[in-house]
Amino acid sequence: MSKSVEREAVIRARSLTKKYKDFVAVDGIDFDVYRGESFGLLGPNGAGKSTTMKMITSVSQRTSGELTILGKEPNNQGPEIRAHLGVVPQKDMLDRELKVWENLVTYGRYFGLPRKWLKTKVEELLEFAQLTEKRNEKADDLSGGMQRRLAIARGLINEPEILLLDEPTTGLDPQARHILWDRLFRLKEQGVTLVLTTHYMDEAEQLCDRIIVMDKGKIMAEGSPAELIRKYSSKEVVELRFGTDKNEGVAKQLEGKSERIELLPDRILLYTDKGEALLTSILDSGLHPVTSLVRRSSLEDVFLRLTGRTLVD
Amino acid sequence: MSLEFKPGSAVDPKRAVRFGAWRVAEYRFYAMSKWMTSVIVFGFGNPILYLISVGLGVGALVDANTGGGGILGVPYIQFVAPALLASAAIQGVMDEVTFPTMDGFVWDKVFFAINATSVSATQIANGVMIVALGRGLFTTVLYLGVLLAFGAVPLTSVLPLLFTSMLAGWGWASVMLAITARLERDDGYFAIIGRFVIAPMFLFSGTFYPLEQMPLFLQPLGWISPLWHSVQLGRHLSYGMELADGMLLVHLAYLAIMGMVGMRFVYPKFKERLSR
Repeated sequence: MSKSVEREAVIRARSLTKKYKDFVAVDGIDFDVYRGESFGLLGPNGAGKSTTMKMITSVSQRTSGELTILGKEPNNQGPEIRAHLGVVPQKDMLDRELKVWENLVTYGRYFGLPRKWLKTKVEELLEFAQLTEKRNEKADDLSGGMQRRLAIARGLINEPEILLLDEPTTGLDPQARHILWDRLFRLKEQGVTLVLTTHYMDEAEQLCDRIIVMDKGKIMAEGSPAELIRKYSSKEVVELRFGTDKNEGVAKQLEGKSERIELLPDRILLYTDKGEALLTSILDSGLHPVTSLVRRSSLEDVFLRLTGRTLVD
Repeated sequence: MSLEFKPGSAVDPKRAVRFGAWRVAEYRFYAMSKWMTSVIVFGFGNPILYLISVGLGVGALVDANTGGGGILGVPYIQFVAPALLASAAIQGVMDEVTFPTMDGFVWDKVFFAINATSVSATQIANGVMIVALGRGLFTTVLYLGVLLAFGAVPLTSVLPLLFTSMLAGWGWASVMLAITARLERDDGYFAIIGRFVIAPMFLFSGTFYPLEQMPLFLQPLGWISPLWHSVQLGRHLSYGMELADGMLLVHLAYLAIMGMVGMRFVYPKFKERLSR
């Protein structure tokens, strides 16, 4: 990432801190988001991701530290900053009584966009969000995936420089998630900077060029998904299940067999660069797991390594 | 058609940050236009019913028993008109600062979506107030139209009565908005306000007879009521009812201060709530 120094940072945070009375939600974090990249904040619920997003959208003021967005100061230039941001909130917050196209037009008006301009833009966005056929339906009558796509289309009405998405696919079925990922990928091709929070590591791996892993308000690690996996995990993982009451005992016997071993309530994880070979040697030693699996390391493993906990409880 | 996207070039930030309150109002009025029929039916229905019951019933009785003199030298219906109009304005603003405002914060959370654009929390609060006053004005104008059509008030009273009614509407709306902004849930709160605040206010504000008719210990109920202040102003400005020295200013100041103090509590709460 040495090249990134020359790139333009559209968001810059230094010692960024947010406190609510005694609770420190965001604890002095540093990061940069560069133009055109897709940047992810990964972490479990309560890690401080949403609070960070609210500070970026300039609706929540930081307690201390520095933050600039598109070169502006969010404490007193919030509305100007938001003129160039697109926000897709976790709960869609659509006007459910209004029709699909009306949701887009009324939203565009908040940015002072002329009706005539909006007329063509809305049709473009409806097509992009695959909602053209639903244009005259009430937002309330759409499926969850469609409502989310409408929320994304709405967030794009002002042709934002940065699109912020808070947990974009939480609660969606796998097919709806894939449609959404595809749309987000296309946006990135159009030069939109994407900033998203997620607690799904597959989503972060699919969508993000670079991520920060957050836990308890702090940044635990930063880099591309591949870099993080390389740095904090082995190439492969062997997952073994011996049954809930036996896992702990077996885990003791397995110590020393791999670079690292993690005991979870339901399974044992063995970190190694040669998964198949390790599994064979375990089976040869007379152990008989109920299920076994060799897989590539993921961001979930990175998170486990960094925090000692899994991402989704 | 493909998505043509030039990030950051569509919106002029200087233009975007202006008139946010009016854009919020534009959206609300648009959403409201969908049930315009019922707004108009209620807008006309209410005054017509009152006119029939108060004008033809109580009014005929009062006027007959005062030798045609009415109260304070005017026919009864004209005496009651400022109160009916001001309470119409109060009812009109209530329709906006209660449930739609709760919806913005709690149910659909539309205010949060609006606040994610270049519209600020203060502009959202002002937008709500514009819409509330718009609804109050609409209801009052319909009411006034019916009163005029039935010859219940002279044409010269139109402007003074609109002014005094809307002043009461504003004072009431800003206090109610400050309260609604603090509610985390409905909990039947608005029904309580309607039954135990608005209904008694309507009865104890010198609406149907001069407040002085009440025993002194009940009169303070009128003194604290914005409706009474508005009614006194309306009666003074529309047909010259005498006010005690300095009371013109007191009535005006009471309503204006209510409006201004209410808004002082509205803005910071909107800001705080939308930052969550």
